[in-house]
Amino acid sequence: MNVMAAQRWNFWGGIITALTLVWAILWAFPLYWGVISSLKPDDEVVRPYIELWPETPTLENYIDALTTTQIGAWYVNSVAVAVGVTVITIFISMLCGYAISQLRFPGRIALWWLILASFMVPISALIINHFVLVANLGLINSWAGIMLPQLIHPVIIIVYKQFFDQVPKDFREAAVMDNASEFGILFKIYMPMNWGVTTALSIVCFIWTWNAFLWPFLSVTRTEIMTITVGITQVNDAFGVYYARQLSAAVLAGLPVALAYLFFQRRVTEAITLSAGIKG
Amino acid sequence: MLRNSRTERLVALVLVAPFMAIYLLAFVYPTVQMFRISFTDAPLIGAGRWVGLDNYLRLDNDPMFRRAVWNTAYFVLMTVVPGTLIALLIALGVSRLKGRFQAIVLALFFLPYILPVSVVYLIWDWTLNFQFGIAMHALDWLGIPRVPVFKSRLWFLPAVAGVTIWWTAGFSILLFLAGLRSIPAEIYEAAALDNSTRWTTFRRITWPLLWPITSLVLTIQLILQLKIFDQVYLFSIGGRPNDNMVLVYYVFQKAFQQNQGGRAAAVAVTLFVLVVVVSVLQFQLLRFAERRRR
Repeated sequence: MNVMAAQRWNFWGGIITALTLVWAILWAFPLYWGVISSLKPDDEVVRPYIELWPETPTLENYIDALTTTQIGAWYVNSVAVAVGVTVITIFISMLCGYAISQLRFPGRIALWWLILASFMVPISALIINHFVLVANLGLINSWAGIMLPQLIHPVIIIVYKQFFDQVPKDFREAAVMDNASEFGILFKIYMPMNWGVTTALSIVCFIWTWNAFLWPFLSVTRTEIMTITVGITQVNDAFGVYYARQLSAAVLAGLPVALAYLFFQRRVTEAITLSAGIKG
Repeated sequence: MLRNSRTERLVALVLVAPFMAIYLLAFVYPTVQMFRISFTDAPLIGAGRWVGLDNYLRLDNDPMFRRAVWNTAYFVLMTVVPGTLIALLIALGVSRLKGRFQAIVLALFFLPYILPVSVVYLIWDWTLNFQFGIAMHALDWLGIPRVPVFKSRLWFLPAVAGVTIWWTAGFSILLFLAGLRSIPAEIYEAAALDNSTRWTTFRRITWPLLWPITSLVLTIQLILQLKIFDQVYLFSIGGRPNDNMVLVYYVFQKAFQQNQGGRAAAVAVTLFVLVVVVSVLQFQLLRFAERRRR
């Protein structure tokens, strides 16, 4: 490479990097603006000019949001539902993925195609019949009712199956020689191997469930059973034009998933690239 | 290897059973029911009379259904390709950065994707607030008259599309980054030695090698955006939802607000078939495009 080309390369490279930075800051700015506004007292938040930092930062809005709405209960509901869905989904998907990958049984191929195909089906088209089902089971306004239609994530089975496919056959053969049972092989040999995948998938499954809106919104009519994602849309009524209080409720709802992402950044990105079926 | 096929089948059955039970209950059964009640005049809950294709034939003369179809198509048009291009541009920029710095910048772009839709709604409702929103201050500053975006018929869907691109781009950016990382550095070194320009390098190397990811992102986006509901519903609060009608919203309105289960199911089936047909078509189309490139 000649010197001229190298210089031209670096000059444009620098411009692109600078543009990316500016863009990133603008991109995240609404988030910053929301958080900052939630820390402003009522009179400051509606000032007709831009104030990038609160003059008198206050937690008043948060205290108000926590005491005048049922955010506490919504948190409990969200945690219960998200943990429940994650544990059940991960467990049944791992068993199913293992069976499809390692065992030979009639209907195996058909089951695999069924799982691949259900990836395409729009769950939101099923809301009417989910509602009828959950209502008939008497589960409207209950955690179990919010959880039931969310337990199906074919993509998690797909990731597990692909993971188990890649484990060398020697492990299995050696265990079979030792007369280990199928369950022994799965729980003592294969499970400890897939902790990484399991953690990654659990985090994204937790985030998906925490963020779910349409179904939790439909299956719950009583305020105290709402998940926080649905609940905070109700604070509009409670708070009217008190924007800062609405925003503090939004921050409280987004915080757990934002923190989960920041702590497990690598796991989350790994799980998402895995779940889209590519190895990064 | 010797296999005891009877125990193996039995074990497989035990392992597959929990998933199958839930799958049949919460997926297969509701799907079958959806098709069945779409041929009846059932209310949301309860039995109805068999009416044959009546629900479907009525859709043909239903202006609200037409509006829902057009709005959904318009929304897909404004989000899928532009969103994919924006994500690609961002991924190209982020991929140049190194180490911790890259992680921070990626986090700035990715964070919106992690947030629940109602948080996204509250933040943008505030940012674009007609009286106090910071975006309106920016418009004043540029000398452009203020627009109440979510109350305006003209701006509602484009604005929601913009918010949606902002919200969902993180996912596509990650996929593009994974794709860019899997392109071997030697190829770029060879291109640099040949004095090829940045544009040529992109056009001849990066773009073709990234095509499988691009088609994946397009497919995922298309399926996702056809099902648009949450944002449209939330931003319509206090506005005019009928102007912004989209397909899932129409299913929701018919079933849950007008108690017409059968009519709603017919719309749901239409959406269902539309998503399956479009994704199969797109899959074939993209595979064809990929083959032609070779």
